[in-house]
Amino acid sequence: MFIGAIGCEPLQLRRVHLENSRSLDVYRANGGYEAIKKVLDSMSPDDVINEVKKSSLRGRGGAGFPTGMKWSFVPKDSPKPKYVVCNADESEPGTFKDRYLMERDPHMLIEGMLIAAYALGAKTNYIYTRGEYKYLIDIMDVALDEARAAGMLGKNILGTNFECEIYTHTGAGAYICGEETALLSSLEGYRGHPRMKPPFPAVSGLYACPTVVNNVETLTAVPDIIKMGGEAYQKLGTEKSGGTKLWSVSGHVNRPGVYELPMGYDDMEKFIFEDCGGIPTARQLKAVIPGGSSVYIMRADQIIGKDVRMDYEGLVAGGSMVGSGGFIVMDETVDVFASTKNLTEFYKHESCGWCTPCREGTDWLVKIFKRVDAGGGRDGDIQLFLDLCDNIEGKSFCPLGDAAAWPIQSAIKRFPEDFQKRLKH
Amino acid sequence: MSTDFTQIQPLSQPVNMHGEMAVFSPEVEAEIDRHLAKYPSKRSAILPLMFIVQRERGYLDPAGVAYLANRLSLRITDIWEVATFYSMLQTKPAGRYHIQICKTLSCKIMGEGKITEHVSKKLGIKPGETTPDGKFSLSLVECLGSCGTAPMFQINFDYHENLTPEKVDQILDALE
Repeated sequence: MFIGAIGCEPLQLRRVHLENSRSLDVYRANGGYEAIKKVLDSMSPDDVINEVKKSSLRGRGGAGFPTGMKWSFVPKDSPKPKYVVCNADESEPGTFKDRYLMERDPHMLIEGMLIAAYALGAKTNYIYTRGEYKYLIDIMDVALDEARAAGMLGKNILGTNFECEIYTHTGAGAYICGEETALLSSLEGYRGHPRMKPPFPAVSGLYACPTVVNNVETLTAVPDIIKMGGEAYQKLGTEKSGGTKLWSVSGHVNRPGVYELPMGYDDMEKFIFEDCGGIPTARQLKAVIPGGSSVYIMRADQIIGKDVRMDYEGLVAGGSMVGSGGFIVMDETVDVFASTKNLTEFYKHESCGWCTPCREGTDWLVKIFKRVDAGGGRDGDIQLFLDLCDNIEGKSFCPLGDAAAWPIQSAIKRFPEDFQKRLKH
Repeated sequence: MSTDFTQIQPLSQPVNMHGEMAVFSPEVEAEIDRHLAKYPSKRSAILPLMFIVQRERGYLDPAGVAYLANRLSLRITDIWEVATFYSMLQTKPAGRYHIQICKTLSCKIMGEGKITEHVSKKLGIKPGETTPDGKFSLSLVECLGSCGTAPMFQINFDYHENLTPEKVDQILDALE
């Protein structure tokens, strides 16, 4: 599997191929912990937040919310403790980038969290990792112990009065816990049910205290933003989509892997056919899900010759979304009815059951998929799918409902032939 | 959910419904203490502690659940409420080796079906079943974040990737 940068110098993946890349010594010898030193030597918390704002960094977990803005929502005058929680519950089908960041460069995450904790005034912080990634929790625990022994965690960090502690926490197999409020419920020891927003976690999050939840890739971008300056980081990408982005490439390509691309990479066709080595055994490209299973599926003819730029605006213009960057490539052998059924089964399994539209809706969608798959398709089923999706999308308690509806809506719109042929007339 | 956090107090004292409470070695107790020390609220340690009980006792058995309720000052129902939500928590006995084959899209289109068929045939069990000797359990699970190295399965906590039937044979034959 390929891991590396295309079209730019590797930034987040700079150290992944070094020997012992996960050790503190290698991290330090290659620019590590310079950013936190710069912060503690010469920057106020507001300076840090302003640099992150200037960088145009947007949340890399999927929602793409501007990170600096999220940080600035934390009330400065609150007497309550504040928390930074790293969302390492990477579970969006097609996404596996955070895994390699933590496996190969755990100190980069620790440094990113230290800087975030300094900016927000948080003393106790957690890394919430999906339970299946137990080996990564072990790696993080070793790295945290190393950092603690070197005086990078605890009291008087680098000889200043900055105090910060980071702990690992394990999930136990629930996709919903990647939703930030469900993650906080889970971290408090409850079922992973999402919470009503507002209040947003920045005001009332973990233990009802001001909390920022950021994805691994978001936090690991922070040390470089501090070192090079927010403006320089932004210029690596486009005006509205700053910096670089990791893409997890899977499915029918000759070279799957984790690719770091500058935001605004030109273009998706070149990426698939040159950088990822094209489609195996001379088959034709049929479809791409570019941003994790929840985003709109794209037809090959929306990509080939269409100059789709790979950033937030470019993908919206091209008919989909960046999401988590889980880039699933499908060749002509894939039946989009079957692939959509597979994803709908995923959402049904992962619906937390809290709200009726999502719990009942995903269950009914799977029942209809199974009936049609078994040869019982009828006229009107396509409308039935769309009606059900309409009753979930925008009407469920959290975005999981939308995420279940979008793949079906886009698949029916863009691959009607794969659905029509299943129906009896 | 309330916006003001308060530690939920048990309505009644933790009840040991089965008259038996799990006992752990001093080393395991120390490990549990280390987890509890991470959080301002004991309840936050519920998932890490459940994994420890599961590791030590094979699954969340009644005595283990009673232990958790007692240790976390919660009710038995609080423990079950959480245990039944998360797919990695076992509430009934499972095989020593739990083979979890990823069935989500990238693995599906890269040959999950062949791997599942091969494992089923080799072990004589279908997904959801355990071999009579209690050695292997087989499950189909959702995305494990190993899409670029599909198809794959996880045995207990170990990832095995880029699987072929031959590789599956080597892995399973090497397990004691």
